[in-house]
Amino acid sequence: MKNALTRPAWLRSGLAITAMGLALAACQPGEEQGEFVEINKDPFPSSYTPLASIPTLITNVTILDGKGGRIDGGSILMEGGDIKAVGQTLEAPEGAEVIDGTGRWVTPGIIDTHSHLGVYPSPGVRSHSDGNEVGEPVTADAWVEHSNWPQDPGFVRAAAGGITALQLLPGSANLVGGRSVTLKNVPGRVAQDMKFPGAPYGMKMACGENPKRVYGEGKNSPEFRPHTRMGNVAGYRAAWAEAQDYQRAWDKYERDYKAGKDVLPPKRDLNLETLAGVLNGEILVHMHCYRADDMGTMLDVMKEFNYKISSFHHAVESYKIADKLKEDGVCSSMWADWWGFKMEAYDGIRENIPMVHKAGACAIVHSDSDSGIQRLNQEAAKALADGRRVGIDISKAEAWQWLSLNPAKSLGIDDKTGTLEAGKDADVVLWSGDPFSVYTKADMTFVDGAVTFDRHDPSRQPVMDFELGQPGEGDVK
Amino acid sequence: MRTFKSLMGASLVALMTAGASAEDIAITGGTAFTDGGSGKVENATVLIHDGKIQSVTAGGAVPAGYRAVDASGKWVTVGFMVSGSNLGLMDVPLSGNLNDARTDAKNGMGLEVKYAFNPASTLIPVTRIEGVTRAVTGFSGSKDMWRGQSAVVALAGDDMIVADHVALSIDMDEGAAKSNGGSRAALWDSVITTLEGARPNGDDDKKDDDKKDKKPKYDSGKAALERVMTGEVPLLVEVERKADILNVIELKKRFGINVVITSGAEAWMVADELAAAGIPVVMDPSRNLPEDFDTLGNTSAAAGRLHAAGVKVAFMAPDTHNSRLVVQNAGIAVAMGMPWDAAVDAISKNPAEIFGVAGSYGTMTAGKDADVVIWNGDPLELMTSADAVFIRGEQIALESRQTKLRDRYMDLPRSPAYNK
Repeated sequence: MKNALTRPAWLRSGLAITAMGLALAACQPGEEQGEFVEINKDPFPSSYTPLASIPTLITNVTILDGKGGRIDGGSILMEGGDIKAVGQTLEAPEGAEVIDGTGRWVTPGIIDTHSHLGVYPSPGVRSHSDGNEVGEPVTADAWVEHSNWPQDPGFVRAAAGGITALQLLPGSANLVGGRSVTLKNVPGRVAQDMKFPGAPYGMKMACGENPKRVYGEGKNSPEFRPHTRMGNVAGYRAAWAEAQDYQRAWDKYERDYKAGKDVLPPKRDLNLETLAGVLNGEILVHMHCYRADDMGTMLDVMKEFNYKISSFHHAVESYKIADKLKEDGVCSSMWADWWGFKMEAYDGIRENIPMVHKAGACAIVHSDSDSGIQRLNQEAAKALADGRRVGIDISKAEAWQWLSLNPAKSLGIDDKTGTLEAGKDADVVLWSGDPFSVYTKADMTFVDGAVTFDRHDPSRQPVMDFELGQPGEGDVK
Repeated sequence: MRTFKSLMGASLVALMTAGASAEDIAITGGTAFTDGGSGKVENATVLIHDGKIQSVTAGGAVPAGYRAVDASGKWVTVGFMVSGSNLGLMDVPLSGNLNDARTDAKNGMGLEVKYAFNPASTLIPVTRIEGVTRAVTGFSGSKDMWRGQSAVVALAGDDMIVADHVALSIDMDEGAAKSNGGSRAALWDSVITTLEGARPNGDDDKKDDDKKDKKPKYDSGKAALERVMTGEVPLLVEVERKADILNVIELKKRFGINVVITSGAEAWMVADELAAAGIPVVMDPSRNLPEDFDTLGNTSAAAGRLHAAGVKVAFMAPDTHNSRLVVQNAGIAVAMGMPWDAAVDAISKNPAEIFGVAGSYGTMTAGKDADVVIWNGDPLELMTSADAVFIRGEQIALESRQTKLRDRYMDLPRSPAYNK
């Protein structure tokens, strides 16, 4: 993917506004300058702290390491929130809990790139509908973390399905829906308690039917565009052009300030700030896109404005252009078998995921569902079987990349999680058996080495505030 | 000459309608489950004659003239049934063609599947190649709570609708109350008033008797209701909350009608009462979230609990396009505590019994339609697939619009439309 690396200097400069501005300003003679204005890029910082954990050694267990490797009868040691070692036989440190994993499997925790938990939480009552900032086609100023209700019972169900991290996305009503946020799947009293430390922001965009339906046919019609796919693309390009203009204004401010002039910064525009963050390479684009031709168009828009689409989402026709997706280094976040509910989903096939994998492109299994997120291992199993049935021979160890490493890459957190490697976060699932079986369940889910769900210990099966005092409180789910 | 022509015509018609189903087939060597998830026969010879199951015997010989299909090392079951779908009534509901499963009709009671059913729907091959050969199909919405009459369809062959009135469907959950009077009290008042008015030999009928010369006006809704009141078909009630389900049990007692609960999030909480009242539950066993205030008790242990209490259970799929996933749903139910045989029953013999087609489908019993599937493993497993599918004795091609798209793009040609 060349455009991210060969980004022009003016595009990269946003990263360095603060340091350069302050250092150079002091050297300038001439007129008296006001303070250099810098924008705080992290106004809602993560307040995540790992849950309490003890050193844990799992022995005699089948390990899929998440990067294509498999160890039968292996061991994994978690200590201090990190993976300490993975191997055939490991020594238990003093005071470690040793779990006999005989007959069971261990994998990296599952990472869902596409969730609306917390923003369309359960119960799905009107008051909780916080996922689509419909109104303008471009709402890059909306940040989905401000809609996240950490008490969504869906987070706990997801933990029971082996989810250790997830990206919350705004919905797909808008051309640009807003900023996404990546979470560690842990309980939080406030939304910031769940934020994955150090994870970059993402931004949601949407192709095709949804934006043109919401604006072109919706109650806003006819005042608002788009009404058509070409109108969609005009909308993205107009937004990027404005963002470029905004960047130039800030660059000029910086240049003038460095030149010793007493200049006022441009007025902050929260919408353009997020878009400029994408052009700066700081924010990753996640784009809802079903049809191959829509994706093909967006690959060129991406090149025209020199930004990076991290992943297409839903991408039911990725199998038609898997070679192009490989060439441009764009991931596809896909379902195993959802299709047909609308016209742009009509060409969905069961072999989409293995066909993308076969082409050497980045394949991800995603959910977009509070039910699907609980069984993403099952989605991978179906896709794997469908591929094998038509001669695409992929091992279970390779297929696990769809669930952890590839999503971690697309979210920019693969240096921290996504595989079982010493030094990475101990985001791990202990399965009751082969996770490609419908009868297998997550026995234990660990985030940073701490148990977030234990199927055999009701005291470690969190009950959310909403569920207290209601039918079903604390029941098996 | 005239005789000859008519004979020829007759034989052509026979060929066209019976087609390959006239073929005699022997499926040999597999492990067959002849009675839903029970009735296991090792090394089974399943004989299919004239589209029907002829016999299932251990190690039975293949009679002369039967095409042998080897199922050694494989599992053989009846074709599965999804309970509660819109199959044949929709293709691309959101932005494609007309969704016939939803209607603006003011009184949805009389709606009949047969006038809207499309046997050419692409969803049908997509579903059947995964071993799901039967479906309950019906309507999912109208202007009021009445949702018309459901049908049972076989997913191949001519005349797919095998039973066109199998239930009268009604929505009585929170959403239905909201749009039908704004309160459960108003919804129930309306339903009870309607049912009271339909009691046989009620005042209306007496009046009719007095005016024998007046021809009764045809009323499709009245006809549908009559099927319920006479016990011919059940009232299929979509309802979630425990308190509402207890009211449905009372409704059944009051009118002496057959009732089936569908959806039934909190049905497991009154499992004993449902068992005692003989009310089956049609459900999606994967649900476990408080979707709204109606479904707070949702748990994926529900199917197992209902079964353990003696309630007859049948399964739905998550949606119509993925009706095929009813099989995965059965697997999920097993993972959450339901016995395997009971989960297979819930996608075969149970729905056959609940929807009144057990005489011709649901088990591998001599004389029943030969809906048979050969699986390359445990059918409920995720990585198992159907190797061969027979519907009413006809072996169907394992092809769909999806497999054609797959084959076209397998090697990423420049212009796929010109390659095949």
